[in-house]
Amino acid sequence: MEVTLNHYLLIGAVMFVSGVVCMATKRNGIAVLMGVELVLNGANVNFVAFARYTTLGLDGQVVSLFVIVLAAAEAAVALAIALNFYNNHQTIDIDQGDRLHG
Amino acid sequence: MIPTLADTATTIQSTLEGWKLSEGWAMFLAAVIHVTLVAGFFGLPAGIFIWAERKVSGRIQDRLGPTRVGGKFGWLQAIADGGKLIQKEDLVPADADGPLFRVAPYVVVVSSLAALMFLPFSDGWIAVSLDIGLYLMLAVMSLEVIGVILAGYASGSKWALFGGMREAAQMVSYEIPMSICVVIPIITAGSLNLNEIGAMQSGWAGNWILFNDPFTFITFFIYFVCATASCKRAPFDLAEAESELVAGFLTEYSGFRWSFFFLAEYASMFAVCGIAVLLFLGGWHTGIPFLDGLLDGPRYASDSFVYSWLTNLLGFTVFFSKASLLVCVQIWIRWTLPRLRIDQVMMTCLKYLVPISCVLFLGAVIWPLALSFTGHTTWGSPTGNRAAPTMRLESRGASPPSTSTLPLRQRPLAASDSNEEAGR
Amino acid sequence: MTEQTLFFIFAILAGGGAIGVVILQDIVRMAFSLIISLGSTAGLFFLLGADFVAATQLLVYVGGTLVLLIFGVMLTASGPFRRIKMSTGETLLGAAVGLLFFSVIAFTVIGVNWQAVPSHREVATTPSDQSGNTSRAIGMRLIGIPADTEIGLHKDSGSPTGYLLPFEIVSVHLLVVLVGAAYLARAKRHESRDAAEGDA
Repeated sequence: MEVTLNHYLLIGAVMFVSGVVCMATKRNGIAVLMGVELVLNGANVNFVAFARYTTLGLDGQVVSLFVIVLAAAEAAVALAIALNFYNNHQTIDIDQGDRLHG
Repeated sequence: MIPTLADTATTIQSTLEGWKLSEGWAMFLAAVIHVTLVAGFFGLPAGIFIWAERKVSGRIQDRLGPTRVGGKFGWLQAIADGGKLIQKEDLVPADADGPLFRVAPYVVVVSSLAALMFLPFSDGWIAVSLDIGLYLMLAVMSLEVIGVILAGYASGSKWALFGGMREAAQMVSYEIPMSICVVIPIITAGSLNLNEIGAMQSGWAGNWILFNDPFTFITFFIYFVCATASCKRAPFDLAEAESELVAGFLTEYSGFRWSFFFLAEYASMFAVCGIAVLLFLGGWHTGIPFLDGLLDGPRYASDSFVYSWLTNLLGFTVFFSKASLLVCVQIWIRWTLPRLRIDQVMMTCLKYLVPISCVLFLGAVIWPLALSFTGHTTWGSPTGNRAAPTMRLESRGASPPSTSTLPLRQRPLAASDSNEEAGR
Repeated sequence: MTEQTLFFIFAILAGGGAIGVVILQDIVRMAFSLIISLGSTAGLFFLLGADFVAATQLLVYVGGTLVLLIFGVMLTASGPFRRIKMSTGETLLGAAVGLLFFSVIAFTVIGVNWQAVPSHREVATTPSDQSGNTSRAIGMRLIGIPADTEIGLHKDSGSPTGYLLPFEIVSVHLLVVLVGAAYLARAKRHESRDAAEGDA
């Protein structure tokens, strides 16, 4: 049984959906960040799979390199924000961040 | 054809298939045997350097070191240590996070030993030969941080947690100047393939990348400092600072799990010294063409692969001696210099080593450019007896590559065509 | 056959790790599961012939970003915040939404006949990425030269100017992020000192 494009796309989909569910349902701020990382990784798997199985070629890999770099940058800033949140509210539970609630 | 270790695996597999095993099982068993051979071989540096450390430290402290096990010089002390550690009680603290506590040593060991798979011990003697070998080696070595953090966290004691966090911060920070220092010989050599970089430094010792330009010369020392720091060796060994943190992230580990950490530490010391030897010090070449070409006569006369194998064995001995010399320098530094505080460690990295390595990078990049105005791009022929890497185009039409597709170094410069060729 | 075995091992680890992040409640176990997932993704990249991307994934993502995340976990997950429980209703809703979303994507993906798409190609026609030599080709693409076998095949594939501008933008972006994150995460001690003096 050969490994085709569909297999890689499904794996990417599993990671993507796990990331989305993680972002949506977790109450720990760091867990939401983990969800974001999973989403970006699912997209990366898609890019590299298309780079291999279509004539997208190495452009897919170059884009996935940029995605990795930008994901690292975004994780750094998001973590700094989460730490600030923790310092100000003494909790990492993002459900407690409702002071701007109308 | 120089037999690589990968060929050994395929020959084991074909032998097993000759014994009527199915293809899948043959491949699996061949892989297991191959990994066992390679892992057994990689335990060798650790065993030797544990003994060397105790002897060298003993001499520096004006005492003898181990003298009882295995004769007058205590050769088998490492085995005795291993035996002692295996029979110790397997202790997991009550507060420890069980599975993570048990997994942490394996993560560290796997990352250190896997990094040794990409290191060529001689011309072609490399377990996995990849064109991005050096990059992958650095990537796998950077996974050690995860194991350290897990060990520090899962021990369930505050000493371990502090030590683990400090250690992770140190290892991650020192990756930056280390990577910049590694990139400098890569630009000089033009390849990430460690086998190619080693092969480039054949001929006289002046061909070594260490002597290519003053920037690579200084880079070697900066790289050595960063490598010492990333292996958590003194003077950067806050993590294991016995006088301050009990034993840092290793506090709750005893017996065989503790020995895993030290196996990994010595293996990674050997790995980073091996990288230094390959990138700067000529790899497996002695630097004296007469000695390198000792077996060339019988090698090219007869067609047997024995002579090329013997040449490679010579090369392996040279490589191992050079790397061991660097490890002994690391051991020497450990027992000579006092320990740095954690803020001094981080300051050294971020305020001194990173700017220095950036300046060296700039210099190493500008150096051939500046030299090109004098008509050469390099002094002498530091690329050794090997031609510069060309782009491997595999288009089906097999048309000759146009000049615009050649890598930049081989593209004829606008002004000084013939001078570039002459200087090459 | 090796490829299929390895693919299944890495796929199960990656997918299992991803699902583990969702299912587990302890934040440190979630972080470890994420490490397994992203490490297996690097393995998938190796199988797809993207060796440079896979090494970058290991170096930057697992060895850098995840270490950052774990530092964040250690700094914030003390005591009561290790396991934040979710109510059962929320869990079921999340699972249902997740399954629905996944089935939408899966049906879309499986419904496409990839062989008939004109840009689909059979594997093993580009020796450059079969031999694991993508680093040179990627570097050439950054400059704008599609230096692997697509010369003569698809001359207009790949951006004609290369990816130099995105590269420079990302460099500046990283500098901004560095400064910004360092500023955001700085130690703020003067407020507590002022409060103490206000009380005294």
